Amino acid sequence: MATYQEFIQQNEDRDGVRFSWNLWPSSRLEATRLVVPVSCLFTPLKERPDLPPVQYEPVLCSRANCKAVLNPLCQVDYRAKIWACNFCFQRNPFPPSYAGISDVNQPAELMPQFSTIEYIVQRGPPNPLIFLYVVDTCLEEEDLQALKESLQMSLSLLPPNALVGLITFGRMVQVHELSCEGIAKSYVFRGTKELSSKQIQEMLGLTNPSASGPQGRPAAPQDPAVTCRFLQPVHKVDMNLTDLLGELQRDPWPVPQGKRPLRSTGIALSIAVGLLEGTFPNTGARVMMFMGGPPTQGPGMVVGDELKTPIRSWHDITKDNARHLKKATKYYDALANRAAVNGHSIDIYACALDQTGLLEMKCLSNLTGGHIAMGDSFNTSLFKQTFQRVFSKDHNGEFRMAFGGTLEVSTSRELKVSGAIGPCVSLNAKGPCISENEVGVGGTTQWKICSLSPSTTLVLYFEVVNQHNAPIPQGGRGAVQFVTQYQHSNTQRRIRVTTVARNWADAQSQIQHIESSFDQEASAVIMARLGVFRAESEEGPDVLRWLDRQLIRLFMFHLRRSPFLQVFNNSPDECSYYRHHFVCQNLTQSLIMIQPILYSYSFHGPPEPVLLDSGSILPDRILLMDTFFQLVIYHGETIAQWRKAGYQEQPEYENFKHLLVAPVDDAQEILQTRFPMPRYIDTEHGGSQARFLLSKVNPSQTHNNLYSWGQETGAPILTDDVSLQVFMDHLKKLAVSSAT
Amino acid sequence: MVSASCLSGYSTYASFPSKAVPANPVSDLPSSLDLGNCFLLAPPTYMGPPPVSTNQAYSQYAQGDIQNGPPPMDHSMAQPPVCQPYSHGAMNLSGPHPSYPQQYGVQPSMQQMTNQMSGMQVGSGPLTSAGPGYAPSLQSVLPTPLQPLPPIHKLLTQCLVPPPSLPLPVSLQPPNLTMMALLPLNNNLSPPPPPPPSQPFPSSSPYSGPPPSSQPRAPAVSRQQSFPPGPPPPVQQTFPNSAPPPVSQALYSGPPPSSQPGPFPPTFASPAQYPAAQPPSQPGPPHFHSGPPPQCPMPPPSMSQQQANPLPPGPMQQPPQPGMHGGYPTQQNGAFGQPRGPQPGYAGPQYPGQQNYGAVPAPTPAPTQKRLDPDSIPSPQASELPAVQKFRHRIDPDAIPSPIQVIEDDRANKSSEPFTTGVKGQTPPLVTTNFQVKDQGNASPRFVRCTAYNIPCTADMAKQSQVPLAAVIKPLAMLPPDETRPYMVDHGEAGPIRCNRCKAYMCPYMQFIEGGRRFQCGFCSCVTDVPPHYFQHLDHTGKRVDCCDRPELSLGSYEFVATVDYCKNNKLPQPPSFIFFIDVSYNAVKSGMVNIVCQELKTLLDYLPRENPEADSVVRVGFVTYNKVLHFYNVKSSLAQPQMMVVSDVSDMFLPLLDGFLVNVNDSRMVIESLLDQIPEMFADTRETETVFGPVIQAGLEALKAADCAGKLFLFHSSLPIAEAPGKLKNREDKKLVGTDKEKSLFQPQSGFYSNLSKECVAQGCCVDLFLFPNQYVDVATLGVVPVSTGGSVYKYTYFQAEMDRERFLNDLRRDVQKPMGFDAVMRVRTSTGIRATDFFGSFFMSNTTDVELAGLDCDKTVTVEFRHDDKLSEDTGALMQCAVLYTSCSGQRRLRVHNMAVNCCSQLADLYRNCETDTIINFFSKYAYRSLLNTPTKTVRDTLVNQCAQILACYRKNCASPSSAGQLILPECMKLLPVYLNCVLKSDVLQPGADVSVDDRAYLRQLLSCMDVSESHVFFYPRLLPLVKLDGGSLPMAVRNSEERLSKGGVYLLETGLYLFLWVGANAQQELLSNIFGTPTFSQIDPNMTSLPELDNPFSQRLREIIDSFRSQRSRYMKLMVVKQEDKAELIFKHFLCEDKSASGGASYVDFLCHMHKEIRQLLS
Repeated sequence: MATYQEFIQQNEDRDGVRFSWNLWPSSRLEATRLVVPVSCLFTPLKERPDLPPVQYEPVLCSRANCKAVLNPLCQVDYRAKIWACNFCFQRNPFPPSYAGISDVNQPAELMPQFSTIEYIVQRGPPNPLIFLYVVDTCLEEEDLQALKESLQMSLSLLPPNALVGLITFGRMVQVHELSCEGIAKSYVFRGTKELSSKQIQEMLGLTNPSASGPQGRPAAPQDPAVTCRFLQPVHKVDMNLTDLLGELQRDPWPVPQGKRPLRSTGIALSIAVGLLEGTFPNTGARVMMFMGGPPTQGPGMVVGDELKTPIRSWHDITKDNARHLKKATKYYDALANRAAVNGHSIDIYACALDQTGLLEMKCLSNLTGGHIAMGDSFNTSLFKQTFQRVFSKDHNGEFRMAFGGTLEVSTSRELKVSGAIGPCVSLNAKGPCISENEVGVGGTTQWKICSLSPSTTLVLYFEVVNQHNAPIPQGGRGAVQFVTQYQHSNTQRRIRVTTVARNWADAQSQIQHIESSFDQEASAVIMARLGVFRAESEEGPDVLRWLDRQLIRLFMFHLRRSPFLQVFNNSPDECSYYRHHFVCQNLTQSLIMIQPILYSYSFHGPPEPVLLDSGSILPDRILLMDTFFQLVIYHGETIAQWRKAGYQEQPEYENFKHLLVAPVDDAQEILQTRFPMPRYIDTEHGGSQARFLLSKVNPSQTHNNLYSWGQETGAPILTDDVSLQVFMDHLKKLAVSSAT
Repeated sequence: MVSASCLSGYSTYASFPSKAVPANPVSDLPSSLDLGNCFLLAPPTYMGPPPVSTNQAYSQYAQGDIQNGPPPMDHSMAQPPVCQPYSHGAMNLSGPHPSYPQQYGVQPSMQQMTNQMSGMQVGSGPLTSAGPGYAPSLQSVLPTPLQPLPPIHKLLTQCLVPPPSLPLPVSLQPPNLTMMALLPLNNNLSPPPPPPPSQPFPSSSPYSGPPPSSQPRAPAVSRQQSFPPGPPPPVQQTFPNSAPPPVSQALYSGPPPSSQPGPFPPTFASPAQYPAAQPPSQPGPPHFHSGPPPQCPMPPPSMSQQQANPLPPGPMQQPPQPGMHGGYPTQQNGAFGQPRGPQPGYAGPQYPGQQNYGAVPAPTPAPTQKRLDPDSIPSPQASELPAVQKFRHRIDPDAIPSPIQVIEDDRANKSSEPFTTGVKGQTPPLVTTNFQVKDQGNASPRFVRCTAYNIPCTADMAKQSQVPLAAVIKPLAMLPPDETRPYMVDHGEAGPIRCNRCKAYMCPYMQFIEGGRRFQCGFCSCVTDVPPHYFQHLDHTGKRVDCCDRPELSLGSYEFVATVDYCKNNKLPQPPSFIFFIDVSYNAVKSGMVNIVCQELKTLLDYLPRENPEADSVVRVGFVTYNKVLHFYNVKSSLAQPQMMVVSDVSDMFLPLLDGFLVNVNDSRMVIESLLDQIPEMFADTRETETVFGPVIQAGLEALKAADCAGKLFLFHSSLPIAEAPGKLKNREDKKLVGTDKEKSLFQPQSGFYSNLSKECVAQGCCVDLFLFPNQYVDVATLGVVPVSTGGSVYKYTYFQAEMDRERFLNDLRRDVQKPMGFDAVMRVRTSTGIRATDFFGSFFMSNTTDVELAGLDCDKTVTVEFRHDDKLSEDTGALMQCAVLYTSCSGQRRLRVHNMAVNCCSQLADLYRNCETDTIINFFSKYAYRSLLNTPTKTVRDTLVNQCAQILACYRKNCASPSSAGQLILPECMKLLPVYLNCVLKSDVLQPGADVSVDDRAYLRQLLSCMDVSESHVFFYPRLLPLVKLDGGSLPMAVRNSEERLSKGGVYLLETGLYLFLWVGANAQQELLSNIFGTPTFSQIDPNMTSLPELDNPFSQRLREIIDSFRSQRSRYMKLMVVKQEDKAELIFKHFLCEDKSASGGASYVDFLCHMHKEIRQLLS
């Protein structure tokens, strides 16, 4: 048997699942004592190039409240052509098409290596993908131009049969009609008036198909693609749309001195949501919103248009001084829920130097699986490449995105589902395996994940419900089945079924085994998610205290300092941004986020990872730090001086040149694949941008202990945060005392 | 002068009164009774006999050109003398004379009687005394033709008596002209030499029987009378001698002189003046000679003949009269002349006439009865009553005051000389007269017309007379090319110089004192320092040396350049914008309207108003189409294609774009043309039938607000706005309400929404013009609220069909777009202490009691202002008014246009009555009445109108007319047409709708009238009917009166109503005529649907089309031409405009109404 390390890796590669514990304590009591719950990170659409989908429908358990899918763990009676559900033990006959089944002629889903299998199902007409651009026009000319180019470029990346739509907003909101020849038409809405979905549809002429559209064109009922002039296949309208985007003007309404431009973001979104709701409910769609500043009017406004009133800060929020916060949050929450219910996801691409209201709007993406990208300007590669990467394709030439997913979880009797944390909303599906103990989004066995990418990862929390006095027989296994239905980017409907099982272990007798089955990385991420989830919904200090209690046991020093939990030095928007990504990225990325990686380059040897500690900051080193959101190349003092002196240009110092290039090359490699594009920072000792590095490292040297500290080189960090050393000291003390 | 005297005769007019007269005659003395009878009788009579008589008369006239105008004059001339002689005796005579035409016939006699009576009385008593007075009066009068009237009865009487006085002759001539008008009536009436004429004319049909005799007699009689009378007394002498002597004539009125002039012709200008009228009149004379019978048939030869006539009559006395009658009869105009005649003759003739009627027409024919007019019916002979009654029935339409005659006389008298405005209290020529104006300190009548040019000094007087004091002001009126538009005055940075207290602007009435250092305000008498930069020395007369160089010191109308202080928000205004809103719902598209508008706009946009013809217009334009949602268009020049922006949220309208909505035409030409090409295509297949309306205006308002400018919205709208939106309307058309107390609700807007909206529009300077293309009820009363309150116009094209109505619509649109106008205007009328502007009528909004706010004010819009006394006025200073309009020109310049008007003040009612303008009074009355409809039951409104007019006339009768029988209807010369016009007002569709008149039509007309000027209201109420004969030469054929009787089956007539042109084709029209006009000789081949005449290469066709074009160019709206064939269905519509006839909807005929008025007056007097 391989090590747990290998087992874990293998399981992850095959099923996209990582459990905190790979042996499960067999009773509720024992499970509770383990602190870290039985839980897993699940990546529903983990890329499996080696997994060809099968072209038939899955076989379901016939019990009404089970409906589990036939899987390799099921007992099969090939003679009787009967299989037993391993969750409810219902015995089911095979369907007629399985008549030829035998132990040598097994369908794929019964083979152990197909614990994860993907079915392609034919249900109804294929639904096109839908991309609805919602574009802010209150931008600087340069920004707008860059954005327009990006958008035009994106048209060539869309699948030709995808439907595309365009909404622009500023003081007004314009819904552009794309099907027209000649005159470009758009429907205009006032940016301050909240409209119901029905009103929006009426005003867009999407209702009463029997009568006549506003233009009197005979509307063909039932065919939304024809009725809806606002969403048209890319191949039909790309010329039009390119022109339209080309003629897009900055919002023409004058902005008086001392005012912000009026941005009707809230209404624009509600119209986008309403439009899709009315025309393509339950069809995968992506609303892509590009905004260059905070919403300043109408429902959902985040800040008034007076420049003298700054946008809310953490300070304002804690003092309850953020006037618009609650209202706006509530507004966007409602919108997000509506979108989620219909399977539409919302991306936010916010590019501005100041905050743009992500804090209030985060739900839009969090609940619908949309992306959030944050940058300083649309005219940066950060935005351009991030946006481009949304449309990246996999090795099959298919988009790395899926829509309208639902995840259903079935468990064996001893296990119940407490909840999930990730870019999902509950579908409120009641079933036998729902735990009363809710963690994250619970109370259901099904979740909606409006948009999925191969890296989208949910954390699922389970509860062992087996009572201590009802021991599980030796060798018993608990199983969990994940059924993910989604719309593939090629418009196919697919179902991916992952069935995993773990052995039960008696904590009293097998505590060693259980310990060894602990997955530290997964657990760190799982707990961090829980922390983040609570941070979102509870008061900051409370969460920190809670986390401290948990962390002490988990040694998560860096998480404590991360922007996911700590708001200091981060704006509310940044926090929202970071948290958003944290709750949907996979394990590896999540770990990077929790504990940035620091590489050191020097003449002394090959690049090596070093401690994320101020002590690693040395004059003759080049450091490369990857925090997921930032890539920082830091040149030590000496290196920086050399570089300034231009030695790298001189042939005799070619090695220096190589040294300089090495981290850059490595960074490029990371940049290639990372989504969203990290902020790429090239700085040096004393550079203003060095703060990105300094804020991350362990402050082993600070202004407080600077003078007492020896000759060892390094950079003192100006912070009051405790250093790892102090943290550890406390931890040890507590660890001992807590035993009492 | 004479005329003036005649005027007094008018009293005769009064008598004319078709009804009254007739009735009177019968009743004679018992006038009151008679009247009563008349009325009672009248109806029947009219029905039957009377008409005939009239017809006959007409026919004759028609054939002969006939306007009696001239002849009457002569006759009258003659008559005067007669009168005198008869005067006393006349009374008796009158009895017999009853000669008055049938209707009048009787009446005439009565009238004549009265006239005579009056004359006689005067003559007897006052005569002598009067005599002296006369001369002067006459002379004075004479100078100004117009004035002659004043003397009125008195004069007449005087004239009659004293006529002998030397001065007369001279005066006579001029007076003649004026007099003419009066006399004719008498003539007409009297003319009918009893039997003979009737026979010849009998054809006239209905009247044939009885009437003929009467009519012929009447005319004859009257004339005869007149003549006869003349001769006997000194008057006669005068006649023989020459026109001048006709002093008597003078008395009677111009006519006599003219006739005499015949002999005089050379000497007097009279010929010229009369030319038009005279011819006909002359014919009359000849008749005289010949005798009654011949006269009738024969058209009068000429002046000379007339002269001849007069002379003969003189000696002849009675005999001549008959002849005279004959002549006159033909000429209805004679009325004028007759009147004069009447007075004199009346007394005598009437009686005779009556007698005749009663007994035998033949004998007395002479007496005739021009008396009609006169209070003919002295009625002394109660015994004759029965006869009278008959007469009443037979009232001769020719004997009652004829608008045509009045118009022609005025034209003849006043079109030759420029009208100078320097003289205070002077009545300008009628609106129907072509004249040139020279501004010498008062505003041109093209800008301001007053109901009265002599204002009573006290409120009591004004109240007693009931004559409304009002000014009809058209501040931005266009002037003919030969008159200079108001000069621009710039007083520099400090702005126009104004009185410190009342803020009146510098004008000719400011009196400079203290060597020019200060000036005293003519309005409030406050003394204000002259700013140093404006100082100028005074000359020896106390006038500033630079008086003549400065328009504001020497002219009645001029403009100031306004400073920033006169601008909204103290910011110089932006140039205005025009926004076009095109309804693209199903109906609008289907009717072809959308296509037409879009096509037209492409070229029309090059003709946006501009001040410098060389430069491009600075007016910006914007486009919106709509059905139940609005489509705005971005036509920014940088775009390759226009962009449409749909606003569906009509409940809360807003402007979806700023940049690119309002653009300069030249910059965005390509984009605009592309847009206009595509609009019809885009909506060609529309099925949307619902429209909104309120949001459309709101959108325009928002656009102008956003652009911070004033402007005009052009709405092309097709249907009742029933789509869910603010200002949504429901169909509430309910004809059952007509005639009930709730009728007023049909004129009221459905909701207050549009009133509120219009307030906002006015505040922004947003003027709304509405073009309606309804196929059914659209609720004009409500839709029109905003246009009416913002100085806009409503155009309505019911059942619009592209082929039929295209031309009319396009011409209206072109004119509407191009016409000069001002924006964001405020008008204020200041008056001298003693009177005050109290009420305003027109298309505007008022937020307080003094400022008339007009979002837009174009060159056709008129504001009528009513004045009331709040103190006494002084005869010495007269009364001043200054109308100042602050507006933004189409180039964005802020200006002040100032019109000044000074009128006299009088302490004698006679002066008031002598200087009134009936057309203006009618304009005022109609506006007043039409507005009252909003709050008052229609019946009450009508009664009020009748009552006020009756009071006006009664007051005159009581205070200004010479004592006479109550049975006589006496009208002031200036107001002799008041009854006929008033009747037209009462019969208008608004006040008395026919069954086929929709609620919308009425609302539309009601709104339309509110800003009409006098010339438009005149033709609106009394359409112009031209017989199309002999169109050669530059002049127009003389119009005929609006009565079916005047139409000849063999003729073709052109009728102009101000809104439509009708070409009526008689069933027996000559083939040649038809060929010339239509290119086909066959009546049946004429296409009744044609809207324009074929362009044929013959002089007649060319001339006819020229006439039509010139008519159209005179009106602010294009008149659609409709061809009406006799006996065709469409003839009903045409007949509707023959306003002297009884209308299908129950409106009284002129004759009936006159009788009614007479009765009312008598009731007031009793």
